[in-house]
Formats: sequence, structure tokens, C-alpha cells
Amino acid sequence: MAERCSIHVHTEHDIVRARQVGRHIAKQMGFGTIVQSRITTAISELARNIFLYAGTGTITIEQIRQGKKIGLRVIAEDEGPGIPDIRKAMEDGYSTSGGLGAGLPGVKRLMDYFLIDSVPHRGTKVTVVKWRD
Amino acid sequence: MSRRHLKKKYEELLLAFLRLGAEDQLYSAQQLGKWFLRQNVAPEDIIDFHLAALEHHVELSGPVRASFQLLTEVMIEYGIAYREHLFLRDKQQQLESEIEVAVTMQHTLLPEELPAPSALDIGMISVPCKKMSGDYYNFLVRDDHTLGIAVADIVGKGIPAAMSMSMIKYAMDGLSGCAAFPAEMLCHLNRVVERNIDPSMFITMVYGAYDLQEHRFRYAVAGHEPGFWYRSCRKELYDLEGSGLALGLQCDSTYEEYELQLEQGDLIILFTDGVTERKVGNHFLRRTELKALIMELIDLPCQEIVDSLYRKLLNLSNHELPDDHTMIAIRRTK
Repeated sequence: MAERCSIHVHTEHDIVRARQVGRHIAKQMGFGTIVQSRITTAISELARNIFLYAGTGTITIEQIRQGKKIGLRVIAEDEGPGIPDIRKAMEDGYSTSGGLGAGLPGVKRLMDYFLIDSVPHRGTKVTVVKWRD
Repeated sequence: MSRRHLKKKYEELLLAFLRLGAEDQLYSAQQLGKWFLRQNVAPEDIIDFHLAALEHHVELSGPVRASFQLLTEVMIEYGIAYREHLFLRDKQQQLESEIEVAVTMQHTLLPEELPAPSALDIGMISVPCKKMSGDYYNFLVRDDHTLGIAVADIVGKGIPAAMSMSMIKYAMDGLSGCAAFPAEMLCHLNRVVERNIDPSMFITMVYGAYDLQEHRFRYAVAGHEPGFWYRSCRKELYDLEGSGLALGLQCDSTYEEYELQLEQGDLIILFTDGVTERKVGNHFLRRTELKALIMELIDLPCQEIVDSLYRKLLNLSNHELPDDHTMIAIRRTK
């Protein structure tokens, strides 16, 4: 049951693969269809950020447990240029206007937990979790 | 309201519609939409409600069921945008209430009431084009029969202009000794402004000292559009002469003083460029036009002159106020 899967993101096709894997795990974990789609969208955005801004990176999807709760965790990691101004990237109004194209506030909204760690010239690590009700 | 309950509501309505197909249900659907919005239901959730309700009552073919997945995927983006919109709306309300507090504070920088010396009738209007005004006015009432009158325009609108206003106010408070000496007043204010203001900003001002015994009006101008004065016995409106460098441009600006002797019934009208810089039809309001408009009102009490003129100009410029509008009218009545 405890699945864990890493997808190396290098091409646009890898984004699709990450989505597939994410949706599959979400379904297996018993998330409803809408939540499955939300998780998939979040993975999609994270993978796309890697593809667009870092070139390559990894998406790791796994089931986690905290007490009685189970959740799906996605970690998106890259060694790209990093985000110079995280506050700006997390600011609303940028995701839909297409300005930064990163859609991070959107990802945050779709998931229950969101953590970003980004160091300029070193890379970015985004961790998100969706808990199952 | 729980998700299950919302889902049930939708299902009931859909069933009724499929059975009756009437406008009644469509109307209810519209109302339900409003209700969903109030409950912050995302668009993709409604698709989910729809599919679930359909599946309970209708045999769905594989492709139809699958197509909902595609629709959901598209609608999730709308859902994100919708939630973002809600967040931004909250943030805007928060900003607006902060600005309201600033507006209230700004009002405390302006005189609470107009002075009412026995020999003068004074009218005043000041309307900001946005919430915060860049126009400033002040009256200095002195024991030595001097009434100081200042009208200023902080160039640049909105919050930065409003913040500079407090500087002018406090500087003037400290310069009441110069109240009777307009050139000196502007000279001191210029130094304060020049030292403290951002180089991209400046302030225009006309400051006058009205001698309530001699009915002499001495004034000096710092880059401000000159006002008018009215000679009652000739029924003629004249331009106030005067020029000088705006405050904050050079540290050593000096100012010239001008003097007017007022007779009974004569008027002084001071204003900011928001009064004149407006479009009337296809052209900018000409000074001659403004004069003619003032002349139509000249016999009214001062407050009515400034109020009526404001309304007239607003009508002429299509109810648009492109800049802060401030006008002070002073008439010698005795």
C-alpha cells in the first residue's frame, strides 16, 4: 500500500507521466475524483515549473501517515536557478495573470500543506500534502 | 453547509428539471448558483455534483462519463482563479479600510472650521478626486488682525501626496510668526519642503495675509496657478498677478510679494489647478470660460459661489473629476 514513486522531469512528456502516477496513487488511496484532479493539477504545475525554470528535477509522490491520518505527499526538487523573490512568487494575482507562470499560489490552494525552500543558484524544493478526510 | 447537503440540493433540482423541464427549475438553478457562490463552492465541485446526480438516475455511456474528467480538468483552473479572486477581494477590503483610516487622519490635518471674521464672508470647498487628497488649505488666525490663507497643491496624487501634507501642516504651525509676511512664509516653507521631500515631488502654493483692519491682501506665489480678484464697483474679475518657483525645487528660492487693496464687496478667489485642468467637451477649460462661470455666480454668498461652481464644472466635465478640486472665496462685506 505504501507507494512511493519518483519521476525524473526532463521533457514535457515527464510532466504527463508525473500526472499519471499522481492520479493513480491518489485513486488508490481513495481520494474522490475531484480531489484526484486537484492533486494532479498541483503535480502538473510543480513539474511544469521544473521543466520551465530549472530544466530538470524530480517529482516524488508517496503516501504518508501522521497518527490516524493518511495523506499524499509530493516533493518537487530541482537544482535550478531558484526563486529570487519567494514572496512575490507566492503573491496572488501572478498565477492567473500569467506573469510568472509559476502558479504556486494555486498549488498552495489545491493542497492542505505547502512548504517551499528555494535558494538562488542552488535550487528549489516544494513539498505539498493532501490529507484524506 | 456540508458538501453532502449541497450535493443533495443539486440532485433534487436536476431531477425536478429532468422530469418537468420547466423555466421554474432553471430559475431555481440560477438562485442555487448564487447560493453556491456564497458557500464558496468551486466550479469543479459543481461538475462533480452534476455527474454524481446523473449517475444516480441515468444510464451514462462510457464516453459521456469520461468526458466529465476533461471538463473537470479545465474547470479546476477556473476554480483556482475563483479562489484567488475571493482572496484578492478580501485583501482589497482590508486595504480600503486602511485607507479609510488614513483619510480620517488626513482630515485632522485640515482646519476643522472656517474662520469667520466679522468683515469677511468666506466660502471653501475641497473635494479629492480619489480618497486621499493632494490639495491642502489652511487658515492662520492671528491676534494682530491678520488672517493667513494658504492653498497648496502637492504635485502627485494619492497616498504620497497625502503624506507630504502633514509636513506642510506642521511646518506652517511652527511659522505662525510669519503669518503676516507671505514672502517670508513661502521662503521658510520652501526650505522645509526642499530638505524633506523626494526630489521627484514638489508643492505649489499661494499664501496670502489678509489685514482685517486695513483690508489689504498681501500674497506670494510659489508655482501656483494665480487666482482671481473681483472689483465690485467695476463688476470686473481680474487675474491675481504673481509668480515664483514651486516649493521644494531649489533650496534658496525667494518670493516676491504682491498687494491688493480691497473695497467693500470685493472678492478674492484662490484655487488649485484641479479646478481648471479639466476637459469640457473636446477642449480644456479656458480661463475665460472659468471667469464667465464665476461671474454668473459672483453675487451669491461665498460658500454658494464655490459650491455652485463645483457642481457646474462637474456637469460640464461629464461628472469626471480628474484632479483634486479646492477653492476658497473671500469677500469683504463691510
